[in-house]
Amino acid sequence: MNPRRKRKVRAVVLLTVALLLAGALVYTSFSAATEAATPSQLVTAADAGRSYELTGKVVDGSVERRGDDGLRFAVRDRTGQTAIPVVYSGVVPDPFREGREVIVEGRVRGGTLMADRDSLVTKCPSKFSEQKGSPSS
Amino acid sequence: MEYALALLVLAALVAAFVTVPLRRDEVAADAAAADRRAELEAAKEAKYREIRDAELDFRMGKVSEADHRATDRELRAQAIEILERLDALEPEVAAGRPSGGDR
Amino acid sequence: MAAVGSACLFVGLLTAVYAVGAALYGALTARRRWIDSSRYAMYALAGLVVTAFGLLEVAYLTSDLSFRIVTQSSSADTPTFYKITGMWSTQEGSLLLWVLLLSIFSAAALRATRRTMRETVPYATAVLGGIAIFFLALSVFAESPFTTFAIPPAQGNGLNPLLRHPAMMIHPPMLYSGYVGFSIPFAFAIGALITRRTGADWIRATRRFALIAWTFLGFGVMLGALWSYSELGWGGYWAWDPVENASLMPWLTGTAFLHSVMVQEKRGMLKVWNVSLIVTTFVLALLGTFLVRSGILSSIHAFGASTLGAPFLAFIATVLVGSVVLVLVRLPDLRSEARLDSLVSRESVFVLNNLVLVGVCFVIFWGTFFPLISEAVTGTESSVGPPWFNQYVTPLALVLVLLAGIGPVIAWRRATLANLRRAFLVPVALAAATLLALLVLTPAAESVPSLIMFTLTGFVLAVVGQELWRGVGARRAMAGESPPVALGRLVARNRRRYGGYVVHAGIALLFLGVAASSAFVDQRDVRLRPGQTTEVGAYEVTYREPTARFLDDRSGTGAPITFGAVIDVQHLNGGERFTLDPARNYYAAGDGSGPMGTFGRFFQGESTTEVDVRWGVRRDFWMAVQPDLRALIAPIKEANRRFADLPGDAQTLVLAAIVDGYRRDPPPATFRTLVSPMIAWIWIGGGVMLLGALLALWPTTGARERRVTSVYAARLGRELSRA
Repeated sequence: MNPRRKRKVRAVVLLTVALLLAGALVYTSFSAATEAATPSQLVTAADAGRSYELTGKVVDGSVERRGDDGLRFAVRDRTGQTAIPVVYSGVVPDPFREGREVIVEGRVRGGTLMADRDSLVTKCPSKFSEQKGSPSS
Repeated sequence: MEYALALLVLAALVAAFVTVPLRRDEVAADAAAADRRAELEAAKEAKYREIRDAELDFRMGKVSEADHRATDRELRAQAIEILERLDALEPEVAAGRPSGGDR
Repeated sequence: MAAVGSACLFVGLLTAVYAVGAALYGALTARRRWIDSSRYAMYALAGLVVTAFGLLEVAYLTSDLSFRIVTQSSSADTPTFYKITGMWSTQEGSLLLWVLLLSIFSAAALRATRRTMRETVPYATAVLGGIAIFFLALSVFAESPFTTFAIPPAQGNGLNPLLRHPAMMIHPPMLYSGYVGFSIPFAFAIGALITRRTGADWIRATRRFALIAWTFLGFGVMLGALWSYSELGWGGYWAWDPVENASLMPWLTGTAFLHSVMVQEKRGMLKVWNVSLIVTTFVLALLGTFLVRSGILSSIHAFGASTLGAPFLAFIATVLVGSVVLVLVRLPDLRSEARLDSLVSRESVFVLNNLVLVGVCFVIFWGTFFPLISEAVTGTESSVGPPWFNQYVTPLALVLVLLAGIGPVIAWRRATLANLRRAFLVPVALAAATLLALLVLTPAAESVPSLIMFTLTGFVLAVVGQELWRGVGARRAMAGESPPVALGRLVARNRRRYGGYVVHAGIALLFLGVAASSAFVDQRDVRLRPGQTTEVGAYEVTYREPTARFLDDRSGTGAPITFGAVIDVQHLNGGERFTLDPARNYYAAGDGSGPMGTFGRFFQGESTTEVDVRWGVRRDFWMAVQPDLRALIAPIKEANRRFADLPGDAQTLVLAAIVDGYRRDPPPATFRTLVSPMIAWIWIGGGVMLLGALLALWPTTGARERRVTSVYAARLGRELSRA
């Protein structure tokens, strides 16, 4: 095979491999992804078996520690009052407090989100945001 | 008030500084020659480095003798070309003084 | 003072505008004086921004609360280190830091190239000036660090407790140095494209800056991972969080860039690839800066929309589109001077290395932006988690380490069988021996990817060792030196090469740590009463006694209350024995009007984990505690009822009593323990990489350079006279 033809073949092979890998990537990302949802979305229409990623604010006064490393709290919409209770166990991030924004993954059962272990993420407060104000020392 | 004053003072200082090259006499020819010399010097250094790297590769057994001889000859020819161009510059640089304020 | 600082920034903005104008005018009319003037303007800009930065630091050090950001992020009793570094925990301060680094790097780059690259430099100056204009405009018109209060408040807020860790404060300057550093090769690439001087000159001129940027960025990423491991309560170092990914992506393409430019220098190939790669790296650096301060992705860092989102996106889009157009227009000038002769060659390995690195970057990019992609495509927002990332990055990482071993020794152009045999016989044999040993002596086979990674680490280390051995041998043959002297001279005279080899060794060690600690970690979450014992991995863990400290800040973070535990750990085989002291700091919340009242507020503020880790070369024993404060609810309520009206000093005594109550009558506490084998090798490997980079960066002194070149000049002279 002359060099030019060889180079063409190489290029085609490379491109095909790249496209196949990219295709696998795209496909698996869509099938492995967890759907994001707000409390109001979960309260009204949640698939029982499906995993959701809930984002919202922790409702004031709703935090209850129970047992070993269990935690119960409610999450409400960022701007709104619809809330959904969450049952969680696992690591509680340092910034976790009432009124903070959180992300937690789990499945809905009987109107409550049964959270996956260790899936709680709390957003760092007011580092770069429109409201200036951070907790005192 | 303090702001306006600071603004004026700083602007004046900066203006004085950035116009230093503009107030210099146009020494284009000398400066250009000096620049060309610097550029060729840099190319010469890079070429010498390549020759040294190639020699180290050969001594470590990474290239065969035949391959090294060919590469080495090519690189040295290129180096010689740079040296010749540098030599050609000599008279020009000797004539004018390199410009001051070379910051 | 604030007025002077503000004026510095505004004049700086005007200076940057002048720099762009003068540079372009000088370039288009070929008038040297104007180009020099534009360079002077960039020096002046650096001076102005340094002054502004200095004034702000003085404000922090003197706790001048009339400055809004000082009030926001500092206070009179904040420890000095956090006073100095608190500036960049604010939006305005971090922008100023970016501009500071940009102006300093630009001034340095322009000074270094003041006599070379005469056609390219003006356009590079204009690009750097343009970037400065953008960030300065943000600082001057949108988020000024010099905003003041007419009446300064009595007390500052202090630095957010979550950020009170040295690594967290050094992290931003490191990352920003990385991001800014890549703007230099980017600017020169644009200049090279505009002036059609698309040879390797722009690469040579900016190589140091690219390497410096890569080093800083890598160090910054490492610091972030180290902070996550030693400060946060989950025990991991990488969560594929969007903000982590944002800093890793430019580092990956930057690594690819550092390799592929070598091919262009040597053979004049990959020109289009290199300019595209540096554009991508710089755009990713801007994206990284942007992601932390926008609200577009859910992450622990991003939240709410900030006012800077739109301008940043517009700027990034302009840079990207402008660069792409320029590359397309100049395609004819970017044709390769040579072709790939063989798939078995160093060029080929470098291309493959680049493809893998860019591939990993693409995977991370896709996964990070997937919430936006899925929203656009399907209408619902969804995200992918660590398992998805690991699934793709793991095999690619294996290939990368393999290539790191092959690259240094395979020949350029075409590797012959003889060359391959000579290069790889010993390393492959050693790797095979490693594999055998692992299979027979360790449980490594339980995790096939780890087994492969361990073997590849052995392979890379063997290659580096072989190179050093043979290099020493070559020097001894050439100059008859003793081995230590030969080694020293060898490395000193070929710093770039051996620095690179050291970096390769470092990355192999780093992945060794990653593989071992991921596959063989023992994690247990357990609830223990004082005196209780449990087993974790091969250790017996006993909760000896609780600790309660009041106004006794051992961690240097200014925390008033700390609850913790003393843990005795004993290896089941009897040998090892040590004590751990994990704890949790509690800061007070704003005022006493919260649900827990006057005394409760001391426990209601931020709380941070103080992890305790027993570091070790073979394994780390990591522990975090979550004290159960429910037992304190009753005493706090009692204190609220009886002592709420007491003066401050008396209240302090009551508080001390409550705190001591935890120690006297301790409830069970929840512990997380992790036994991670060889996790320290991640940090060791990172350190080795840093050393290698520093070695490669180390400048040769003028004298040595002259000595070397005079030798060659003499030899070439002989040749000239012969020819």
